[in-house]
Amino acid sequence: MNRFSLWPQAASEQAARVDLLFIGLLVISGAILLLVAGLLLVFCLRYRRGSSAPRGLLPGFLRRDVEIGWTTGTLFLALFLFWWAGATQLRAKDPPAGALEIHVAAKQWMWKARHPNGAREINALHVPRGEAVRLVMTSQDVIHSFFVPAFRLKQDVIPGRFTEMWFRATEPGEYRLFCAEFCGTDHARMGGTVTVMQPEDYARWAAAQPQEENLAEEGARLFTALGCSGCHAPASAVHAPLLAGAYGRMVHLADGRTIRADEAYIRDSILQPKRDVVAGFEPIMPSFEGLVDQGDLQRLVAYVQSLRGEAAR
Amino acid sequence: MSGAAAREATLQKPWRSLRREREAVSFGTWVFVASEAMFFAGPLLAYAAYRSLWPEAFAAAGRETDIVYGTVNTALLLTSSLTMAAAAEGARARLRRLTLTCLAATAALGLAFLVVKGFEYREDIHKHLIPGAGFRLDMPPAQLFFAFYWLLTGVHALHLSIGIGITVTLLIQAWHGSRPLPSPAFEGAGLYWHFVDLVWIFLYPLLYLMGRS
Amino acid sequence: MSGITAERAVPDRPSRADSYLTVETGLASWLLTTDHKRIALLYMAAITVFFFVGGAGAVAMRIELFTPQADLLSADAYNRAFTFHGVIMVWFFLIPSIPVILGNFLLPLMIGARDLAFPRLNLISWYIFIAAGALAAYTLLAGGVDTGWTFYTPLSTAFANGHVLAAATAVFVAGFSTIASAVNFIVTTHLLRAPGLTWFRLPLFVWALYATSVVMVLATPVLAMVLLLIFAERAFGIPIFDPLRGGDPVLFQHLFWFYSHPAVYIMILPSFGVISELVTCYARRRVFGYSFMVYAILWISLVGFLVWGHHMFVSGQSVFASLAFSLLSFVVAVPSAIKVFNWTATLYRGQIVFDAPMIYALGFIGLFTIGGLTGLFLASVPVDVHVTDTYFVVAHFHYIMVGGAVSAFYGGLTFWWPKMTGRLYPEGWARFAAVMMFFGFGFTFFPMFIMGFLGMPRRYHVYPEEFQVWHVLASAGAVILAAAYLLPMGYFAWSLVWGRRASANPWDATGLEWQTSSPPPRENFLVSPAVDRGPYDYHPAHTGPPSMEREPHRPQGGQA
Repeated sequence: MNRFSLWPQAASEQAARVDLLFIGLLVISGAILLLVAGLLLVFCLRYRRGSSAPRGLLPGFLRRDVEIGWTTGTLFLALFLFWWAGATQLRAKDPPAGALEIHVAAKQWMWKARHPNGAREINALHVPRGEAVRLVMTSQDVIHSFFVPAFRLKQDVIPGRFTEMWFRATEPGEYRLFCAEFCGTDHARMGGTVTVMQPEDYARWAAAQPQEENLAEEGARLFTALGCSGCHAPASAVHAPLLAGAYGRMVHLADGRTIRADEAYIRDSILQPKRDVVAGFEPIMPSFEGLVDQGDLQRLVAYVQSLRGEAAR
Repeated sequence: MSGAAAREATLQKPWRSLRREREAVSFGTWVFVASEAMFFAGPLLAYAAYRSLWPEAFAAAGRETDIVYGTVNTALLLTSSLTMAAAAEGARARLRRLTLTCLAATAALGLAFLVVKGFEYREDIHKHLIPGAGFRLDMPPAQLFFAFYWLLTGVHALHLSIGIGITVTLLIQAWHGSRPLPSPAFEGAGLYWHFVDLVWIFLYPLLYLMGRS
Repeated sequence: MSGITAERAVPDRPSRADSYLTVETGLASWLLTTDHKRIALLYMAAITVFFFVGGAGAVAMRIELFTPQADLLSADAYNRAFTFHGVIMVWFFLIPSIPVILGNFLLPLMIGARDLAFPRLNLISWYIFIAAGALAAYTLLAGGVDTGWTFYTPLSTAFANGHVLAAATAVFVAGFSTIASAVNFIVTTHLLRAPGLTWFRLPLFVWALYATSVVMVLATPVLAMVLLLIFAERAFGIPIFDPLRGGDPVLFQHLFWFYSHPAVYIMILPSFGVISELVTCYARRRVFGYSFMVYAILWISLVGFLVWGHHMFVSGQSVFASLAFSLLSFVVAVPSAIKVFNWTATLYRGQIVFDAPMIYALGFIGLFTIGGLTGLFLASVPVDVHVTDTYFVVAHFHYIMVGGAVSAFYGGLTFWWPKMTGRLYPEGWARFAAVMMFFGFGFTFFPMFIMGFLGMPRRYHVYPEEFQVWHVLASAGAVILAAAYLLPMGYFAWSLVWGRRASANPWDATGLEWQTSSPPPRENFLVSPAVDRGPYDYHPAHTGPPSMEREPHRPQGGQA
């Protein structure tokens, strides 16, 4: 957060890739701009009214060939840039397995984060350096956008669904966090700080936070309170899929498709269970649409995710 | 000759020939209809998106609409298109009686549609089919279906009311003779009427038949 | 029929009884006119007012942003200021300005028609526009609206406390006016061209208006519908985008940008036409690659419908959807590049005069090139993820909309001012204003690229201190820019009284609009013109223009 600079701090792996692309674009567009401006200047001087420069018929090759030439030239340049940008984006599409998962909830006008061990923060986010961190985000009111310039990352946070982004921080330090999507009166004050720490510092920090019940434990209580456990428990008489170890697996559906059991799938299965029924089961589960709010959904999803670990054990 | 005088009275300013002006009115109406088609395309697309998201809620909600009213209205509107086409052709052929009768029939059928629609709305309100607190069905997305139901039928009814207004205006003008029959307005009004009819042809299966298969 | 003799037959000035300005007098003769030229002036009066109102919003913002703290405006007041600036400038200035002022005035003249196809519809569309403007004014006086011009839901439907309904209605009504004008332009272009004026003899400004009108007709209704949905949800609780009942707020963005991206082309395509007219006239050279220019316009208006998703790279849409939109966005950059190259090549071996309209045109090419090139950054998904919703985007679209469209509007207004009023503007002042506009614009908006890349989000009324230096630069540049916008209003007004009388064709231009007196008679042409050649015949086909004399050039046609 120095006072004057022409280049933003870069503190993530993605930042390095974006900066490379940005520099490439700067060079290419700078060259085009110089070419156009140079030609304009030269022509304006040389062919100003009254100058003695020869005018007359345009050379034959200038009429059509040049036109076709620069049309295809710009087209290929455009395709090349698309390939470069697209490849850069695809490389960072999926988070690596085992990324540290932090839940983020946005509301007018604050950011709330919950770490896997239950540590909570408001308008701040502490992350370990060098580790992949995955943010699973949702909003409780309007659309917000989680923006960390130093990471070159931004993701809208939307009510009614989960969005996610991931990064691997490379430089310890404190960086600005902004809300980038206009969200009402105090939009400009909806920000905070992202602190990148050495992994051991992060572990110490996380352990020192007041230990509350974490999301997954709250989810476990909801799981019982809402009656989910009545069918999804191993000993249940009702024929329902077991959830232990289900998270992250590929699931075969009754209609023949295969789908990955990610957050979105779990969420959809709670809200509209009859849409993607697992093969071999009856579509008997009722919808919980309207019975659970965004926070509850986050808790339930966190609980199902936590079952992954139990199955591994 | 009266034909030439009528032609003279019909010709509007920038035009030099009636044929050209007629072409312009018809072409202009087509362009406007293209615009209107995009207007309805928006919510139809949104409807399609939500229906694929919430197929069951939409099917359940679709069964709550009243198919009798809907079908009667479809018949009324299709018939009105026939009379409107006859009116436009009659005007072109200078058949005054036919034109007046058919315009009147068209307006009457349009009004009948609105009356039936009014009864249907009353019943819908009675059945608590307005989205919001106290909605008849449990599934929240069913309210989405009825959001589209009210919006689309409402906007369609508004278009139809405008169509009736135009038809009645033309009827009065033709009756008084203040608008000569060769005027291109009859064909333009006809095009618009058919378009409003066509919109209903899309709405009828989407709102009434869907969910009953 | 020789073009030259036909031109000599045209009187420079019409008699008082002929000129469209004086043929009838009295307020009613203006407010009830069906003359496309008078309606153009009515539009100009209304749009000038909106330009001031929208500009006032910009001034308030630039003053507020001079320091990082909130000093002039509260958070709510600032939010209302930028929303109002956006709403007014987009729908009441940029979209209508060139089409309904210059287009309304020139389209019939350029194609040798007596009026637009539906003159009464033209007047009605002005009244609709005024009604919409009155609603917008009501919105402002009642306290404004705080959703941003994009009306994103659920903010606009459930959370905003401003007058969303009034603002949405104003924009909705304005859309009718746009559609009516567009239908009128399309039919006019199809059916009222002078004998001999085939499609590929049309001036590029007519092509640009035509393509713009097609986009208006097909895109504006989608905006109307999406505003209606917002209205219904906010006023009656009809859930369309409500996430609590299964609705999807992102669907709103798809529908909104399906209109609003083509709307960008509605704003910029007419300027392409204006610039083509100016460059070729002041370079005394036929436009380079006429047919490529036409195809580029059509290509832009077609592909412009398919790129809306590039506004939504961070909205959570699938990466593959983002890539498809990214590809199409890169593809739509190609025809814009062709146009820039062709304007540049038109200068080659020309006989260039640096009159004020030409300075505006050259400034346009420079600023539009920067705006277009930064579009490549935004079409690249990873870079866009970083700079979207920051000042980088703000700078980008102001380069296109303000550096581009507004420069072209001022250039076109200057160029055709003698035709519209029969008076010449003061050349020295106009050149000064044109140069000042270019530099004022650069000082105002270039710093925004830098601060956007550094991470300054848009729509912030307080901001971290490290961005202050850029905001101060931008605010200082805005002072110059404001002066450059006000100055022409002064000397245009001056010229109405004291300006020299213009001849029929003061610039020795070739278009049909110059083959009638300045100002034109009520019926545009005393004798209906006929066309016997393509546009821009500024020099004989077998040789270029001479170094000094303006002859020989041949008008496109004349009053036979």
